[in-house]
Amino acid sequence: MKAWVPLLLRLGLLALLVAFLSNPLWFEPVLRPLTQNGAPAIYNQGSLSSLAFQHLRTVAIATAAAIVVAVALAILVTRPAGAEFLPLSRSLVNIGQTFPPVAVLALAVPAVGFGEKPTLIALFLYGLLPIFENTLTGLTTTPANVVEAARGAGMTGWQRLLKIELPLSLPVILAGIRLSVVISLATATIGSTVAAKTLGEVIIAGLQSNNLAFVLQGGLIVAALAVLIYDALTALERMAARRMGQVPAAG
Amino acid sequence: MGIRFDKLGVVIAAIAGYGAFLAPFATFRANRIVAGEPRSVLEALPSPVGLVLLAILVAAGLVALFRTPLAARLGASALALAVLALLIGNAGAYLTPEGNTFARVSPASGFWLLIFAFTLLLADVLTRLQLSPAGRVVLLGMAAAAIWLLLASGQWDSLSILKEYANRADSFWNEATRHVQLALGSLAAAVLVGIPLGILCHRVEALRAGVLNVLNIVQTIPSIALFGILIAPLGWVAANIPGASALGIRGIGAAPAFVALFLYSLLPVVANTVVGLAGVPRAANDAARGMGMTGAQRLWGVEFPLAFPVVLTGIRIVLVQNIGLATIAALIGGGGFGVFVFQGVGQTAMDLVLLGAVPTVALAFAAAIILDAVVEHVATRRSTTVAA
Repeated sequence: MKAWVPLLLRLGLLALLVAFLSNPLWFEPVLRPLTQNGAPAIYNQGSLSSLAFQHLRTVAIATAAAIVVAVALAILVTRPAGAEFLPLSRSLVNIGQTFPPVAVLALAVPAVGFGEKPTLIALFLYGLLPIFENTLTGLTTTPANVVEAARGAGMTGWQRLLKIELPLSLPVILAGIRLSVVISLATATIGSTVAAKTLGEVIIAGLQSNNLAFVLQGGLIVAALAVLIYDALTALERMAARRMGQVPAAG
Repeated sequence: MGIRFDKLGVVIAAIAGYGAFLAPFATFRANRIVAGEPRSVLEALPSPVGLVLLAILVAAGLVALFRTPLAARLGASALALAVLALLIGNAGAYLTPEGNTFARVSPASGFWLLIFAFTLLLADVLTRLQLSPAGRVVLLGMAAAAIWLLLASGQWDSLSILKEYANRADSFWNEATRHVQLALGSLAAAVLVGIPLGILCHRVEALRAGVLNVLNIVQTIPSIALFGILIAPLGWVAANIPGASALGIRGIGAAPAFVALFLYSLLPVVANTVVGLAGVPRAANDAARGMGMTGAQRLWGVEFPLAFPVVLTGIRIVLVQNIGLATIAALIGGGGFGVFVFQGVGQTAMDLVLLGAVPTVALAFAAAIILDAVVEHVATRRSTTVAA
């Protein structure tokens, strides 16, 4: 297949998504056949574009916080001072990932009440795991001879971390961030069941009023967003890998 | 200086100290949805029992705080967890007024922090012990037996989560069955389709990138969105293809949930089959060819057995993921433990949420431990037979 075909498909999807969000009424005739008894075909209890914006904002805030904390923790446990925590933190990540995101979301509600907060907390906690795991992998698999060479060149621990270890780990860390964002986009959708303003609201409203048009447009918008963001992050990851002179990982 | 602090122990002792002395041990509510009143350890338990609990917790905290032998840390964490699990039931019985069926007692933040702190200690000890796969499964079985004993003895019956259970014991087991059916059924379907598809992708290079890309995109789509997208086509199939609705295929309900879980499961199975087959050493394949084995004989006699541990890792990922995702099926009427989670969220009855969430987490956790053990067992057996 020619290289520009996938790119063209993605640009087309992006254009369609932007068109739908900015002017959903254009698509009314397409969705009309899915409704019954004259129910509205386009979500009418709020603007789709502002829901999409709030959805993305929630994911962005939670992911940003998760990146800062997860990378800091991974740096801590890979330094000599924190080495005692390394084996346990590995097990904790494994155990933590068996917790379904929905359970984390639902269990955050008694602690902080309904609304945006439980969603942010669930996204943050669950988002930590893949980023922490990948940062740990990156920092513990930096080739020993490179680190030795840096030490021989008289670099301090901080310099080695900032100039050698973190840049070399960047592609793996980015892969972790991508995983975390994809999970967060999905969990934020379910966040609307605890009254967070996200695109999940459209799907849930459709399910409750038996309106297939709502369910489908909500589902398709969330799916398109997730696929486009996943692709963009994959491209970013390839770029980072190429800059580090590594062969980009497949998939 | 003879006595040295354990760094992790400082964290554990701090969490446990806060949980035992500053945070509430149990919450008392006049009925199931009103706001709760906090009760500390000494308020939630008859005073001699409360004092004994605090003494045990302090002793276990001290064992964690200082550098102590692994056996002592193992004993301290197991004892603290056992006593906490036992006495939270006593708190329920002690706080509930005689004959009052509306009052609810549930574990509060202090209890959960204590459990968290000593689970950390136990997890650290177990990680350091580097148990064999069989050892881990035995330990899981012992923990499950202990929990079953506590449940069967009625020790926890006065706790709110079990009162929620008592009100819906029948539907609990129905939803549990449905949950397991969804998770395991979609896994079985994915294995039946995914392994041949993976083998095909391994053999036909032109197919590989396309199939894996499509499955990757499917995996990216959030679950509730995929469930929703599938409602329309399955509804159409049910309405237009004779016999489909008799098979239970419907727009909403278990069918779209099953199909969505199946689609999610395909990527790890197919991708791991491809990776596993690609990792088969060329020498093994050449030797088999030299012995005059046909293509099919080589595949099932040499390549697939060598790739099997990697395929199994894919199955482990799918099973844990499906157990979690099956919770979402409740939103489209597909049943499963999610029913209790979302009902509980709707009624702001958090113990009902727990009734759905706790078994889901326990199932996923048990599945992860068992399958990890199987993967490790198969992988080590393979490497020893190859070496021999």
